[in-house]
Amino acid sequence: MKGFSRWLLAGLLSALAVLLVYTVSVGVTPAADVPVAVSQSLPVSGVKHPVTAVLLNFRGYDTLLELVVLIIALAGVRCLAPLPPPQQGGPAGGVLRELASLLLPVLVLVAIYVLWAGSTRPGGAFQGGALLAGAGILALLAGRDRFIARIEQRLWPLASLGVALFLAIAAATLALRGTMLALPPAQAGILILAIEALAMLSIAVTLVALFLGTGELEETDP
Amino acid sequence: MSGQACYAVLGALLFCLALHALVVADSNLRRLLAVNVLGSSVFLVLVAGARAADPLPQALVITGIVVAVAATALGLNLLLRLAAAENKDSGPQAEDPA
Repeated sequence: MKGFSRWLLAGLLSALAVLLVYTVSVGVTPAADVPVAVSQSLPVSGVKHPVTAVLLNFRGYDTLLELVVLIIALAGVRCLAPLPPPQQGGPAGGVLRELASLLLPVLVLVAIYVLWAGSTRPGGAFQGGALLAGAGILALLAGRDRFIARIEQRLWPLASLGVALFLAIAAATLALRGTMLALPPAQAGILILAIEALAMLSIAVTLVALFLGTGELEETDP
Repeated sequence: MSGQACYAVLGALLFCLALHALVVADSNLRRLLAVNVLGSSVFLVLVAGARAADPLPQALVITGIVVAVAATALGLNLLLRLAAAENKDSGPQAEDPA
């Protein structure tokens, strides 16, 4: 029976594979020409890169709710019971500490550049936030507990900065222009940069906190 | 077959591989990893299946990646609690017969 179910699974998956490969190789003509529509509206979006324009302007709802998903995941993790601290692993070695002190400023600088580059080329809040979160995790692994603990104390204000500004702009555009998140073309560029800057900080803090779990740090580092 | 279509086909095959791993997995960590690969294969099909320079699928995939990371972090944290609870349960039982 074990062998039979294995063959049945293999058969079903092969059939699915054939079906899926056929489906993705069939050419489809989309009903609306999205790239042309995006490039026509690009001048009023405030940025020059179409992906950033879609993310922060044309489909701002998606990005706003995505930031909310991050906060919900963080709330879920922080609700769990704390784990016992890990047994193995002593203090970080000298090589790691030296490497961290070399890499941390570079990582922060590159994250800010990637954020800035988002308006004209690939880049933006999520890429920059991922880099910044990598810097935070490196700092954590290199034993910079006091820096991380200071972030930990202001976790919720820092993690909700991006959503807060995004919601404020959504409310302002709803009140002033009648459509939620319809950014005025003249100020769209600076508004998008402000949203992305705070969102990058929030994303980085949230990802580091997700890596940290329930914050066992406060007990181990007085 | 153009290079881009090739990636879409690879994504479809990766989907089937990940589905197989999800069905036959015997531990929760493997299931979580299989779901991750499953999601990545969908992202691959989305980006490669779209026409070149279509910004909409790219924006969708960036959103999807962030949501997948957040869900994986929550799942891993839940798995850690599960493992800790199992260790606590099996600890005293292992000592009883001895």
